Amino acid sequence: MEDTLDTAVATVAGPVTVEVELRVNGQVRRLQLDSRTTLLDTLRERLGLTGTKKGCDRGQCGACTVHVGDRLALSCLTLAARVSGQAVTTIEGLAEDGQLHPVQQALLDQDGLQCGFCTPGQAMAATRLIAAGHAGSEEKIRDHMSGNLCRCGAYSYIVAAVKAAAAELDPEGQAR
Amino acid sequence: MKPFTLTAPLDVPDALDQFRAGSAYLAGGTTLVDLMKLEVLTPGHVLDISLLPMHGIRPEDGGVYIGALERMSDVAEHELITAAYPVLSQALTASASPQLRDMATIGGNLLQRTRCGYFRDPAVACNKRVPGSGCPAIEGANRMHAILGTSDACVATHPSDLAVALVALDASVELIGDGGPRRVPLAGFYRLPGAEPHLETDLRAGELVAGVAIPALPAARRSVYVKVRDRQSYEFALTSAAVAVAVSDGVIAEARVAAGGVGTRPWRLPAVERALAGAPMRQEAFEAAVAHAADGARPLSQNGFKAALLRRTIIRALMTLAA
Repeated sequence: MEDTLDTAVATVAGPVTVEVELRVNGQVRRLQLDSRTTLLDTLRERLGLTGTKKGCDRGQCGACTVHVGDRLALSCLTLAARVSGQAVTTIEGLAEDGQLHPVQQALLDQDGLQCGFCTPGQAMAATRLIAAGHAGSEEKIRDHMSGNLCRCGAYSYIVAAVKAAAAELDPEGQAR
Repeated sequence: MKPFTLTAPLDVPDALDQFRAGSAYLAGGTTLVDLMKLEVLTPGHVLDISLLPMHGIRPEDGGVYIGALERMSDVAEHELITAAYPVLSQALTASASPQLRDMATIGGNLLQRTRCGYFRDPAVACNKRVPGSGCPAIEGANRMHAILGTSDACVATHPSDLAVALVALDASVELIGDGGPRRVPLAGFYRLPGAEPHLETDLRAGELVAGVAIPALPAARRSVYVKVRDRQSYEFALTSAAVAVAVSDGVIAEARVAAGGVGTRPWRLPAVERALAGAPMRQEAFEAAVAHAADGARPLSQNGFKAALLRRTIIRALMTLAA
């Protein structure tokens, strides 16, 4: 790598391997990855965490949404090496002690899904918006869920689920 | 994606030292990784700049300074922004999706690339991507394209909402390169496409965007960002308007007006500002003032509607401020 950087123009002959330390759902994994590998492909293909879905793979549909720290991230537009050392939470990390997260339970209770492909991303976006206090109205919920597409069109039930989960998780936020 | 080496410099001198032709700086990644996947951009070396000390939102000379690595979502909700510069907060919140706003940085937002479909497709010609190859948009799918500031070489729209608000506020961008830091007005930072649409800004090779400085502007307390688009959320602007007014006894003392979705760069409208100054804060005055908003426009085959829509967008913004 140093040799490359010493030349006047940055070019590489072939794939470059990088060492990455991923902290996913509280577990630390050290991996050797091609520098091009996205967090999405790493989760699915290397760590076996297939709950995070590959929809468009170009940052437009939201199916691959995870948390990096307490923020949302589109894992398809995130290089795995870019989040080395940072805490990543996927849909597999939401439930605690075998109990579904209130957002997951609300999505079930409110029929917030048909095929379920977009659901992991919807759940990750919903937990973030509730934590940030954006669940105060249906309009705000819709706006803050707009990065997650649902081809089954379960939107009204998804909004109902977010409302229900917010009422449980952040009763004060409802009035904001 | 083409292969690349990846480094993460810890300070600015190290970053500048590592940068060479074929390098690219990576911040939030929402533009760069996207365009690398499409192979519109093919850097051989990616410099992850997320560890550089370019964070923080702080008061400066009565205004505010925003570090380039601050995220869009954090800036939108910051206490120094929401009350003093609602237009900024609204422009940010109207941008992209919650996911992208959580990832994308302020510096990256200002350097994001056009959404022109021909630019984003390496299989077709594009003067911005391959200088001299041609512009299929001029005779092609151009409904989203610009009507102001275009040239025979390029009609691509500048996509940033944030930049429109910042131009209305006379913000400057702080750049840092081998020659040290310098500040330039954001309005002049963006170039018109002319015959060289691949040159989009006055950024020098290797230079970094370090932050954005927004001057004190009392009028900005009464400001708004109106964005008209095909969907209510998560869509680029057909037209947009960033408007701020200082009103005294029902008369406009000062007005700031900039437009998005219509220009090859964020488009300030000084003629509209002059027409508003001294006018009453009423709809008839707004309608008279925006009459010349789209003067000089060169509509394309599919975007002729943008001139009238722009005038109405500015009126809507002013009516919102009058209410």
